[in-house]
Amino acid sequence: MNVLAKKSWSPYAVGGLIGVLSWFAFWSSDHPLGVSSVMVRVVAVTENLFAADHVTATPYLAKLRPFFDWEFALVVGLLAGAFAAARLGRMEAPEKPAGSRIAEAVIGGFLLLFGARLAGGCTSGHGISGSLQLALSGWVFFLSIFASGMAAAFLFKNKERQ
Amino acid sequence: MFETLPRILLGLVTGFLFGFLLQKGRVSDRKVIVGQFLLRDFTVMKVMLTAIVVGGAGVYAMHAAGLTRLFVKPAQLAAIVVGGLIFGVGMVLLGYCPGTAVAAAGEGKRDAWWGLAGMTAAAAVYAELAAGFSKNILTWADLGPVTLPGLTGVSAWVWLGALAVGAAAFFRWLERRQA
Repeated sequence: MNVLAKKSWSPYAVGGLIGVLSWFAFWSSDHPLGVSSVMVRVVAVTENLFAADHVTATPYLAKLRPFFDWEFALVVGLLAGAFAAARLGRMEAPEKPAGSRIAEAVIGGFLLLFGARLAGGCTSGHGISGSLQLALSGWVFFLSIFASGMAAAFLFKNKERQ
Repeated sequence: MFETLPRILLGLVTGFLFGFLLQKGRVSDRKVIVGQFLLRDFTVMKVMLTAIVVGGAGVYAMHAAGLTRLFVKPAQLAAIVVGGLIFGVGMVLLGYCPGTAVAAAGEGKRDAWWGLAGMTAAAAVYAELAAGFSKNILTWADLGPVTLPGLTGVSAWVWLGALAVGAAAFFRWLERRQA
């Protein structure tokens, strides 16, 4: 069977290959894998269209110039790569979310990215790229998300037993 | 507005491979993510710890050979702990982290697109608050860009070796228990 058409790969193989992809990113692009600053780039690009002065006056946005950078391209590629993987694996079409699920996703997304920006990175930038460099910041982030994630999961999700 | 074309192309290729791997690794499935926090499905841990050990060995070897720099983020401990605690709750509610949310969106999962909308709103709000935070919480317990080898004086290879042995023993136990 064609390996690309398999629905899923061993998590160890995937983890090892993400590790190798990290070598490639450090070596070829002088940049670690990271995702969460791209949402700020989207905000900067959007606000730049109708409030360019405000972007210039806000160092957190202005420092991101050029807005369309390597990491922005990484996220665009990521979207396409996941699409290709799902297509090749013939994943069934995902179901439409109910209203309550949409609300949960918006609130969850808000908390997720606010936390990532306060911490200075996400599961990619801190969790993988930081931890693999044995950065204290990466490991403290890793432990913090597991502490609150487990608490939240046992509080809110434990009834959804499979 | 744009970085150079070679860097944009490198980013696209790297991202494509990253997204492909996340989808094949099943971490763009929110049952898998929530299952990890409920300690029922250890896929996330398997992917992350293997990536850390393999990635760390290669990056430290390349660094020793002068082929790459390191990019160590500052240990702004107060902001990282508070941000991490908020992030963990968001990750359970949304069911994805930022990278896997983009992957799930690429697969056509509409809840992930709604999650991206919430994430973008948070980025807009954070951008307005960032200057304020940089005067308080971001300065609290800031140890600078420190690493575990730097703090302890123990070589990176000892840390990575211990991590590899610990992860291998844990996963071996886990696979046997499930067998």
